[in-house]
Amino acid sequence: MADQLMQQLVNSLLIGSVYALVAIGLTLIWGVMNIINFAHGDFLMVGMFVAFWFYTLFGVDPIFSIPICAAVLFLLGLVIYRYIVSKVMTGPILAQLVVTFGVSIFLANLAVMLWTPDFRLIDKPLLSGTWTLGAVQLSVPKFAASVGSVLVSAAVFLFLRKTKTGKAILAVEMNRESALLVGINTERINSLSFGLGSALVGIAGAFLSMYYYIYPQVGGLFGLISFCIVAFGGFGSIEGAFIAGILIGFVQTLGGYFFDPAYKYAIVFMVYLITVWIRPQGLLGG
Amino acid sequence: MRSMTRREILIGGTTLAMSPWLVSRAFAQGKTIKIGALYPLTGNLASTGLDCKRGVEMAVDIINGKYDLNLPLAKTEGLPNLGGAKIEIVWADTKGEPKNGQAEAERLVTQDKVVAEIGAYQSAVTKTASQATERMKIPFVCSDSSSPTLTERDFKYFFRVSPHDGSFARDQFSFLKDLEKVKKQKVETVALLYENTEFGSNVGKEEQKYTQEFGYKVVADISYAANATDVTSEVGRLIKANPDVLMHASYITDAILFTKTFKEMGFNPKGFVTMAGYIEPGYLPAVKADGDYMIIRSTFALDLAKTKPLIAKVNELYKKKYGMDMSENASRSFTAPFVVADAINRAKTTDPEAIVKALQGTNIPGDQVLYPWRGIKFDPKSQQNIYATGTLVQIQDEQYVTVWPFEAAAKDVVWPFPAWRSRK
Repeated sequence: MADQLMQQLVNSLLIGSVYALVAIGLTLIWGVMNIINFAHGDFLMVGMFVAFWFYTLFGVDPIFSIPICAAVLFLLGLVIYRYIVSKVMTGPILAQLVVTFGVSIFLANLAVMLWTPDFRLIDKPLLSGTWTLGAVQLSVPKFAASVGSVLVSAAVFLFLRKTKTGKAILAVEMNRESALLVGINTERINSLSFGLGSALVGIAGAFLSMYYYIYPQVGGLFGLISFCIVAFGGFGSIEGAFIAGILIGFVQTLGGYFFDPAYKYAIVFMVYLITVWIRPQGLLGG
Repeated sequence: MRSMTRREILIGGTTLAMSPWLVSRAFAQGKTIKIGALYPLTGNLASTGLDCKRGVEMAVDIINGKYDLNLPLAKTEGLPNLGGAKIEIVWADTKGEPKNGQAEAERLVTQDKVVAEIGAYQSAVTKTASQATERMKIPFVCSDSSSPTLTERDFKYFFRVSPHDGSFARDQFSFLKDLEKVKKQKVETVALLYENTEFGSNVGKEEQKYTQEFGYKVVADISYAANATDVTSEVGRLIKANPDVLMHASYITDAILFTKTFKEMGFNPKGFVTMAGYIEPGYLPAVKADGDYMIIRSTFALDLAKTKPLIAKVNELYKKKYGMDMSENASRSFTAPFVVADAINRAKTTDPEAIVKALQGTNIPGDQVLYPWRGIKFDPKSQQNIYATGTLVQIQDEQYVTVWPFEAAAKDVVWPFPAWRSRK
């Protein structure tokens, strides 16, 4: 049925663009520091809860709490970098791997303690309802989240290319020693990238909170998928993560529609494995 | 490396190593009988696990204290045949994973010396946990997992109190037939949608079987991962298949996500006949009025109190303790401690073999059970409670009301399902 196919294509774009934003945050951190932030999914959860509490306690709609989520997550990223991650940066590789795992478990359980494991939804977001465009049902909050994700991704791209700080981040990504030689404060760039990467996932959290349920373990699968996207797109590549995010949206949705929904994540992870096998550097990785 | 100092590691490690001991010490006073309880207390299903935990705690309160209730051991303090010994629950967190179920079931026996175990909500976890207890020759009484295969293993130490999915699935189809006979609502096609672990896939199998027996046509048979981030492709397939009735076996996260996606994409079958996830206490607060008109298999509903006053009395105690109404899950987990305590009391010893023997002789009359059952009595071979039956509830005005069997119904069933667009 052509109608359902159109619908599925639209859905692929809607979920893919949000994946892309989540993955860009992750790839930024990886690119600069060679650290995989396993707590990335949990950062997403924190972002969603920030949006939720601002909505519940102060009546601030998620669309307006986007800057707040970004700021809170930026600070969280900064603190975790300064006091936890930077401490193991010079340590053994295993410690670097495990430390963010620890942060992940800590955050998820802290959320259970503070906010109970219950499920929450923002029941009446400003943007709600569905538009009918021909045969396609377009969810308004999903559409907004998708457009917002693309805009924010574009902003990150421009920031990195056009501003001095952005260029400094790219320089550190390319060659840390040389960047240090030309006078870039790499330690500052590290904190900044970690904060920025976290802020991006915070924004994604605010977008998701408009239509997705919120609970302490919500970040799990999002985190896992964003690793696949980062590997697929090329470690450290912003453009790669964006394209791969959208592609994974298509793989997941169409795979589930045409083959078997039970295997849709298996198909996603298969794409990841095949990429790593044939092209270990990913689509746009250097 | 300048990460942690040796002292910090030492302090952290010691605290960690001591914590289970500290906890179990706190209980080790007086004469108690230890029963292990396995539930998903953290992880994806933590809200469900805590709900089950409340049910068990309530039951233990009633067994250990003195209550004027028509429940086994309620009127006496503790177990009279063992000098008033009290039941102590040792909790184990499965995190919702089968591998932990097995490890924790073993740990409860070897370390905590429990004499029986209960749990573990998810069928897949109960399966591995009860394999461990079978091997260690410790009785396991389950009142909250519903996969039919659990009682098809000819285990000697495993007993199940609650109905299984085979009988639940049968109930669902009997309901459709009754609908046709009594309400003149014809149903021809069904779509089967189920999560892909032990619970869901067995429901799928049972439903397939009954569609043939009852003469319905299956137009879609879809399994999916319960932790999915997006289910638009699943719902797309359902819309394409256009069934009269959707039968959905889910856990909670997927129930919420599917409900939202059904609404968003405008999936309007004549009826949603569902299981498990839709009756979790977290479901309605999350979806609110969007949950209306879903029909769910159930063993328990507060409106059954009309014909069974015991329910109201227990719920009153429960509400006093936890500030909320008793849920389906809590009511199911509530039952196992009574069955175990009753068996230990009759066995007059905590020897596991004697307890198993007593369990085999269990005969709790219907008026001492929280459900509209004829009682609790185990089949000698499968050790499944032969009296366990289910009911169907429907969400109406954000309340669960019993709608089937029609003679026990508190309200009339709303059928067909009012299309999403016609609701506000």
